[in-house]
Order: sequence, then C-alpha cells, then structure tokens
Amino acid sequence: MALVDHRSIEDADFRMSEATAGDFFALLKPRVMSLVVFTAFVGLVAAPVTINPFIAVIAILAIAIGAGASGALNMWYDADIDAVMSRTASRPVPSGKVTPGEALSFGLVLSVLSVMTLGVLVNWLSASLLAFTIFFYAVVYTIWLKRWTPQNIVIGGAAGAFPPIIGWAAATGSVSLESVILFLIIFLWTPPHFWALALFKSDDYARAGVPMMPNVAGEASTRRQIFAYALLLAPIGALPWALGYTTAVYGIVAALLGVGFVWYSWKVLRMSDTDRAMKPAKALFGYSLLYLFAIFAVYLGDRLVEHALGLGGV
Amino acid sequence: MDDLELVTLTERQRKARRNRSIAIGLALAALVVIFYVATIAKFGPAILNRPM
Repeated sequence: MALVDHRSIEDADFRMSEATAGDFFALLKPRVMSLVVFTAFVGLVAAPVTINPFIAVIAILAIAIGAGASGALNMWYDADIDAVMSRTASRPVPSGKVTPGEALSFGLVLSVLSVMTLGVLVNWLSASLLAFTIFFYAVVYTIWLKRWTPQNIVIGGAAGAFPPIIGWAAATGSVSLESVILFLIIFLWTPPHFWALALFKSDDYARAGVPMMPNVAGEASTRRQIFAYALLLAPIGALPWALGYTTAVYGIVAALLGVGFVWYSWKVLRMSDTDRAMKPAKALFGYSLLYLFAIFAVYLGDRLVEHALGLGGV
Repeated sequence: MDDLELVTLTERQRKARRNRSIAIGLALAALVVIFYVATIAKFGPAILNRPM
C-alpha cells in the first residue's frame, strides 16, 4: 500500500512504476559499457605507474558508471527515434518500462555521482575528462550532432574514444601521447564500424530521420569513406610499435589485424549496388568488433609482459 | 486525512518496487564500503591509530 497525495491520483500522467532494477540497468547500455570498461582498463594498466589495485577498481567502476549515465541520458533524449527503429524499439523508455523523466533523473544522478567519486577518490584530471566525455556524448553527440549531420558519429565518436585516456589519467594524473594514440585508434575505428551497420540498417535510420551517411551521401559514397577510414586506421593501429611504446609482437599482430580490416572494407567497397543482403557490410561490422577487442587485448598483454619483465619502453 | 487516499499496488507494481528498493539498498551499501576502503587505501592503516 502506498499513501499518496489526492492531487497525484487525479493527475492523468501519474502511474506507479513497474520498472525493475534490470530495466534501469538496461538504460546504462551494458554492452557499450563493457567496451568502455575494457578500453579504460587497458589505458589504466598500460600506464607506467602502478596505483593501489583498489583505487584502480574504483576508477574503472566510476568510468563505467559515467559511461552508463551518458547512455541513460542518450536514451532519455532519443526515445522518440528509438521507438521507430527495430534495433532500439525494445529499450526501456520506448517500450514504456521506464518514463523519460525517470531516465533523465537516473542519468543525471549517476553522472554527478561517478564524476565526484572519481575526483574525490582518484584524481580530478580523470574526473574532468569523464565529465567532459559525458557532456560530449549526451549534449554534443545526442542532442546536437546526431539529428543534424552525417558526420555525427565521426565527431561524436570522440566520446567513445576517451575511456583509455581517462584510465591513463586515473593512473598517472596526466595525459600522454601514448594514451592519445589509443584514443585515435578508437576514433578512427568508429566511422567504419557504424557506417557498416548503417548500410544494412539504412531503412531504420531513414524511418527515424537520422541523417546517417548512407541515407545522406548514398551507399557508394559511404563504402568509399569506409575504405578510406580503414586505410587510415591500419597504420595508426601499429603506431604504438612504430613509436617504440610496444614490442614487435604487438606491431606484427596490429599490422595483421589492420590488413584484415582493410580487406573486409575492400569487400564492402566492391559490394554491388543491388546487393540487399549486404553480407560484406555485416562481415565488416562483426570483424570491427573483433578488431578493437583484439588490438587492445594484444596491447594490454604486451604492456603487462614488459612491465613484468621490467624491459622499459615506458 | 480527508484529502489523502490509499492506493493499492498491483502485484506487479509491488514486486517491481521491492526489486528497486533492494537494488538501491545494495548500491548504497556498496558505496559505503567503497568510500570506507578507499579511505584506508589512500591514507593507509595509520589512520586507524589514534591516541586514546
């Protein structure tokens, strides 16, 4: 039983929530959060400073919650377009499980909580970067760029690329060229990853009125741009080795992964205009996920081995 | 109490509220533990040694 004010009952918008903790957890975009956690962890562990393991766990947790908060703010603002896209229609807000107001409050509270926790318990540089990332994703990307320009995910991709820099800053209290290269890898990976998805989901984006590259510039132009970004990404992926930050093992694996990325992108470039199954685009989308995970995993392994052996390079 | 009314929650609403309450309780407990242990980690065990 709940005691409520009489006016609330008469309010047409009033309803007792049926949202569970799981629905609120879904607002955090757990799958995106897992990528953020992984890349932030790599940035933190690769840094040439060892911090208290418990403080490291708190840093990763705060970064994960901050990323989740920006996801909740994204779902609050984008509920209208999420509702008409097959990929997102079952999200908590468009499906009616969570109200937009609840999602907004949840996102704002977690944003403040995660930034303050990171600042008080770790350092204020990483907290400032986390605050900027949340702002960039929720305001610059979601509210401003997403519905305005086909370059939305190019510029907005910076938000997803920040976690390794935040992780590095949490460990060292500074930002270095090495962490900026990790940022660049994710930044250049984002456009071909999302444009591959946008190619075979272009109907969804068209229905929602989101100006993704295939809907604005056409599929042929998008395929060329995907290939161009792949050509940029492949050498940048191997840059940590070229600059002497890693061993040749990382360099060789990164180069091979980069060649694979260019190969899959080439297949997309050669895809026929009449190909509606778009298997090459789907294959590139799947490979891009593998690429990012693999290149960061190899980088992490390389740094851990060097740290353990005390070989320097950092 | 004239201007107040009692609302009977449905079984689904009651379960959802209990589920949320437990989650909030666990989150708050985790926050307390995090700040307690982080304080020890940052200042060291010496923080517990106070002159009696």
